[in-house]
Parts: sequence; C-alpha cells; structure tokens
Amino acid sequence: MTSPMNADGDRVTSVDGYRPVGRVRFMDAQRVNLDGFAREEPGLGLVALRSPADPEPGLVISGGRVTEMDGVPEASFDAIDAYIARHGLDLQVAGEAMGLTEVEFARRLVSPDVPRAEIVRLSAGASPAKLARVLALLRPAELGQAMTKLRARRTPSNQAHVTNRLDDPLLLAADAATAAAFGFREIETTVPVLADAPSNAVACLIGAAVGAQGVLFQCSVEEALELELGMRGLTSYAETVSLYGTEQVFVDGDDTPWSKAFLTSAYASRGMKMRVSSGAGAEVLMAGAEGRSMLYLEARCVALARAIGAQGVQNGGIDGASVAASVPRGLRELMAENLMVMMRNLESCSGNDALMSESDMRRTSRTLPIVLAGSDFMFSGFGSIQRYDNMFGPSNFNAEDIDDFLAMQRDWGIDGGLRTVPVERIEALRRDAAQACRAVYRHLGLADFTDDHVERAVDAAGSKDLGDTDTLAVVSAAHAIREGGLTVVDVVAALDESGYEAEAERIMDMTRARLAGDYLQTSAIFDEELGVLSLVTDPNDYAGPGTGYEPSAQRLREIDAIRQERGVEDLREQQARFAVPLLAAAGPAAPGQDPRDVVIGVSPAVGRDVWRCLSGLTVPDVLAELLAGLEEEGCAGRVVRFSDTVDLGRIGLAAARLAGSGIGIGLQGKGTALIHRRDLAPLANLELYSVAPSVTAALYRLLGANAARHAKGGTPDPARNPYSDEAIEARYHTTVIALMALERAWVKPGLPAEELSLEGLR
Amino acid sequence: MTAVRALSGRAVDELTLEAVRRGEVSLADLRIHPETLERQAEVAAGHANPQLAENLRRAAELTRLPDDEVLAIYEALRPGRSTPGQLTAMAGELAGRGLPRCAALLTEAAEVYARRGLSA
Repeated sequence: MTSPMNADGDRVTSVDGYRPVGRVRFMDAQRVNLDGFAREEPGLGLVALRSPADPEPGLVISGGRVTEMDGVPEASFDAIDAYIARHGLDLQVAGEAMGLTEVEFARRLVSPDVPRAEIVRLSAGASPAKLARVLALLRPAELGQAMTKLRARRTPSNQAHVTNRLDDPLLLAADAATAAAFGFREIETTVPVLADAPSNAVACLIGAAVGAQGVLFQCSVEEALELELGMRGLTSYAETVSLYGTEQVFVDGDDTPWSKAFLTSAYASRGMKMRVSSGAGAEVLMAGAEGRSMLYLEARCVALARAIGAQGVQNGGIDGASVAASVPRGLRELMAENLMVMMRNLESCSGNDALMSESDMRRTSRTLPIVLAGSDFMFSGFGSIQRYDNMFGPSNFNAEDIDDFLAMQRDWGIDGGLRTVPVERIEALRRDAAQACRAVYRHLGLADFTDDHVERAVDAAGSKDLGDTDTLAVVSAAHAIREGGLTVVDVVAALDESGYEAEAERIMDMTRARLAGDYLQTSAIFDEELGVLSLVTDPNDYAGPGTGYEPSAQRLREIDAIRQERGVEDLREQQARFAVPLLAAAGPAAPGQDPRDVVIGVSPAVGRDVWRCLSGLTVPDVLAELLAGLEEEGCAGRVVRFSDTVDLGRIGLAAARLAGSGIGIGLQGKGTALIHRRDLAPLANLELYSVAPSVTAALYRLLGANAARHAKGGTPDPARNPYSDEAIEARYHTTVIALMALERAWVKPGLPAEELSLEGLR
Repeated sequence: MTAVRALSGRAVDELTLEAVRRGEVSLADLRIHPETLERQAEVAAGHANPQLAENLRRAAELTRLPDDEVLAIYEALRPGRSTPGQLTAMAGELAGRGLPRCAALLTEAAEVYARRGLSA
C-alpha cells in the first residue's frame, strides 16, 4: 500500500479514508517519496532502453552510399538520418559492425582484451539503432567496466558551475577562483538576466585565472551571444550547442543538423573548444519522442554529434535527467548515453548536472558509478556554489557536497579531479579574485565596488550573504563591455595596470597556448603547466588491472590528505591542551579494608597523556562525578591507575579486588566506564557505559551512586547507555584508535597499581 | 614543426604581456591561423575521427570571414530562414571566395531543406 502524491506534490497518506499503519506513514515521510516515478509508457517516450517503436538496426549500402538506415529508406530520411547517413558512418566497416551479434558486440565493450581502438573502429560502422541495442545489454557493472576502458582521455577530470542569483561580479570572481583551486578544469557560468552575460564572462575569466592556470571557461547563453563572447577571447570553450533526437524537436529548437554543423565550425574557426549537448528526456518533455526509447533517440544525437565533427558531447540526461530517472532502468540509460559517446570516439561530459532526486541516496546512486568508472568530465557541471545560486538549477552535487566528494575520492582511491584546498588559501584566493575583479571594473570604468562589498564576497557562502547589492550596476557594466567591444586584451591590460601582473600573465599565457590549437582535439584540457591532455596526448590505454589511469603517488597523497584527516600526534597535542596539575601519583595502591571502600580504576594514560573523554568532559570532571555519586550513597572512593593493561574489564576487576567493598569502577581515559565485582570474570560486569561520546556528567554521577549501592549489597536499577541514531562510530572511531594508542604507550606489564591524588576532585 | 602563428601572421611567441603594454596586441593577434587548423585536422584524421578533421577544415575556411558574416550564415542555415535558392546562391558565393567545404555544406542543406520542409 503506497501513498500517492496529490497534484500539488504534497504527500497524501490517506486514500479514500484509508490511513496506513505507522510503519507505512513513516516510509511515506521519507524524502524519496517527493520524487515522481512514471510507469513506462512507450507511446510518450517514457521508456529507457527499448521501445516497441524502436527500429530494427540495419544499414543498406549501395553505390558507396547509405540507401537505408535502421529501417528507413533514403527517400524518407529525415534531416537527422540524412546527415548521419552522409557523414557519420564509416562504410568500410559497416558490414562487419552490423554483422556482429549484439551480444558479441556488447562483450567486446566489456572485455579488457579488446582494445579501445577496436571498439572505436567498429562503432564507426554501426547505425544508431545498433549501438542502442548493444548498450541496452550491459548491466551496471559492465557499463562501469566499459566506461573505464572507453573514455577518450586517460586522466579523468571535472567541470564546475559558477553562477549566482545576482550575477554579482565579485562573488562570481571569488567563486570561480575557489572552483579552480578545488581542481575543476572547466568552469561554466550562465545568467539569470541575459544582458548580464558579458559581465559574468569577465568576472569568471578573472576569478579562474586567480584560482589556477589553464582552467577552461564558458558562458552558457543564447548561441549568437555565446559565440560573440568567444570571438572576443573572453571565454575559451562552449558546450550548450543542443542536439535532439527527432527532427521535429530539433526544428523546435530553431536549428537543423546543418546549422549546428556550421556553428561547430564557427567555434573552431575562432579557436574555441566546443562540445554539443543532448540527453534523454528532452524529446519527451516536448511531447516529441515519437514513441521511441530514450536510448535510441540519444543514439541518433550521438551519431549526429560525430557526423557534424564535434569533438565531444555533454549528455546523460542534462535537463531531462529527472525524466530518465523517473522510469524503470533510467539510470542505466543515462550512463549508457555517456558510454555511447565514448564508443563514437568523442569526449564525454557525463551529466550529473541536474538534481534528479530529493533523496541523497538516489542522487548518489545516480552519480557514483560514473565517478568510480572515470569519465573525461564526471560532471557537466558540479554545482560548486549553493543550490539556490545555481542558475542552471541545482546540480546533482553542489557546494554542500564538496567535502563528501573529496571523501568519496579518498574512500575509493579514485581521481574525481578535485583536491583539498587549505582553508587559509581559500580565503586568500577569494580576496585576490574579488579585489582583482573590482580593480578591473574600476580601471575600465565599468563599475565601482566598495571595500565592504569585496569583503562580503570573500566571506559569502552564497549570494544571500551579500546583503543589498546594486544589480543595475551589473547590467550597465555588461552593457559597457558589449557595446564597447571589450576584449580579453583589454582585461589583460587592466589587470596588469591595476597591479595584477601575474594574473594578466596567466591569461596571456593561456591565450597563446590556445593558438596552438591542440586543445581543439578530442577531450582536451589544459593541465596547470598549460600542457594539453587529450585523446591525442593522453590516450586512455586501459586494458585490465594494472593498466590505464592510476593516480600518481603525489596525486594520491593529495586525494588522501583531506582536511579532516587526523593522526595520533594531532590527538596528543589536543589532549595536552586539557592537561591540569591534578591526578599526581601518590605511591603504590594498597588493598582496602573498609566495606564502604570503592576503587575507581583508571587506564594507563590517565593523568599522563589523556585528559579529555570523547564526550568532551575532562577526566578530572568525570572522576569528580563518580566520587560525588559514591559519596551521595555513603561510600568513599579512591582513584587507582593500572599500568599493566588497557582492557577496561581487567581494570575494573582489578579495582574491585583492591576495594574493601569488593566493588570497583573501571574508567578508560576515553570515558568508557563500568562497575565490576571482585568475584566476576573479567568480561562480565554489573553495569556498563559503552557509548563514551554520549555519556553525560549526570550519568557518571549515577554510575558512582549505583556502584555504592552495589557495595552496600543493594540491587540498583542499572544505569543505561544513552543511545542515539547518529553515526557515533563513524565520528569517533578514529579518535578511539588514537586514544588507545596513547594508552598503549604507557602500558608496562608487571608495574604495580598506583594511588592517584584526589586533590582537586571533590 | 614551424612556429605557431596567429591569424594576423605574428608569431605567437611575440604575443607577450610586454606587447600588450606597448599596445601592440589586437584581437586579430589572438585568432587562430588556418594553417594551425589544417595541422589539427591532420591530427584528428590520424586519430580515427575524419569528421572532426572535416570540421576543422571548414573552420580553417571560416577564419577568412569576419564575425558578423559567420553569424549571418549561421542565421541563414536555421530552419525557415532561407529558400533553397538563397542557400544555393550563398554556397556559390562562398565557393567563389575559396570556401569550398562551407559551400558544400550549404548546397547539401539546400537540397535536404527543400525535401524536408525546412526552407523559408
């Protein structure tokens, strides 16, 4: 019994008066149930991998031309068929490729023994429907294996979105610098207000140059304006050149394969890298899928991308990712799209750029396989800024996920393209970027920003932290940039004359490097020394374990050293800050005779290296609570340190055997505590606090009181562990390991127990 | 390999910050040279992508056209903008100016647009 949403998207837990049981109401309340799930409906194109209306794969070649493709005779070719048939296929290998069974083709994709070049050769002769059928056979792990082998560039990389609601130039510059510093090798911006675009381009150009050398940058806007910005050298690549899988939707998008082919050449003629954009769901959203599966329609897009001579494709759903994600096997389809691009020997910019679920688990599930397999660009826009500032709409991963992503890289030992940036460096780069941007705007007479504005941009987690800004100033700056014909040369000169020589030098160096044209090759990025990594210079050579890309030792250290990483020495220093002149050793501990005598046994490093429990209470404070609890019930406590073991059961038992009452309390420096009795086995105990991080002062006092009640022969209600639903172990286990190492270092077998001074504990 | 030159003919190595300071760098100095694109086309063809090579060769031709003319041809190729005759005429003109690959693209477009109802 599930509960549907109402039309407004609200959860409804009652249908026709039926109220589900609490278990179901609880399930209904989970965020995943905000997502829409569509029943397969091939007629609307709501089908991922295969629709009854998909054509049978086929190619008929006669007289050196394709006379029939995927069941359509040449006379009936639509514009997409026509372009693919004339330009997109290698007719020399068509017979061989089309003759392979789909299973055999699919196995070659996965097998490490079949090199990438062989797959590229065969795929060039395969029709769109053929590749769709082949890819529909791959299971998730096989998609991953094939992706690892088939991506064009050996070194994986990543792209960031940098935008904000206000088009605030100083914040854009600071955020572009931040994204570049985190390791993104492409930055994509766009605008909420089209007229602002030239200003955004200048601000991000400056910010990226402050953050790192060689970062490619695009401003995604209407096609003619985007090309114009590129022609002025303000941007260095383009990606939002959209292709669609049906002729009708293509034309609705106001283009044809020929206009897109021309545009592709136009970008190259101005020395700009360019990729096209497609992806499942676009045709469905425009009610133009013609009953075809998403994978088949995308197969047409990808074949067309190759045919028009684009070097790469951004796909994997993109704006339609949520449509694909709503149908069965939709995520497989999205990953298959990326793989198809790789088979066609093109750069894959692999989507993951649209938030496809309200559920953290589902959105991770969508992205993780691609991150693990490795792609030319794992995201065609990781939202490096806040969700609300992402003018493309929230990405599948956003600013709040950067630390998660860095941890995931480290967990799996894979290179997702990102790196940790020291926190002081983030601040310094943001300030440099905001100040440089302000200086350029001032120098060029575009706008004047206050010191306060700069500082707010430096500190801002997002544009909501900027306060009131003058958005009209941005519009007028953008207007001045566009109408004044401002070019990258003007920006370079302004930077230089404002005292930002290094940044000016960087932009000039990159502009020069672009003139060599090497970055127009498939999958090209610049490294930070302006070397080009591409299909040509850095070809993927994966052929099974022990081959292909592996992070260098230096890169692996960078991946491993996240800023949250701690070692034993860090903990020793932290503990030392809580050291106080208490708990001095006061001679060997003697057996007690008084029946009200209770011994609190502590671990070897207490009073030496360990001073603070996991709960944040200091060890002296905990001891004071235990002593007070004992006292409340009329017993007298003393503290004895055992240096022959770190085991709490043995410490507690040894304490009990020293105590006149036969009752002991064991306390480890980390805060774990128990009550023991002299006649019990070491691993037995009367009461135990095992969840040290959650034990409060009051609970320690209760444990002391209960120990006293046991001493008096009573049967107290046992103290209970405070339980929580937090990942206590994830949070504290590394600290526990370090604390136990500190304890272990003080263990000296055979050393007698010593009484510790109670001074200052009462 | 010969030194990389910008469209203006200047050697790329001359395009320094010093040169910017002297006011000696213009946008034409930052534009890619057709020979560079031709060289890249050969590389693409040698890496199993003849279509990319063809694109780069069309691009080499387009380096000869000013920005507004490039944008105008793009506009003419969008659906419903031009009659087949206009596209064919434009193709003829481009061929005459030494842009045969771009001309071929327009000629082919004229034919398919007419058949698929994509003409004005």
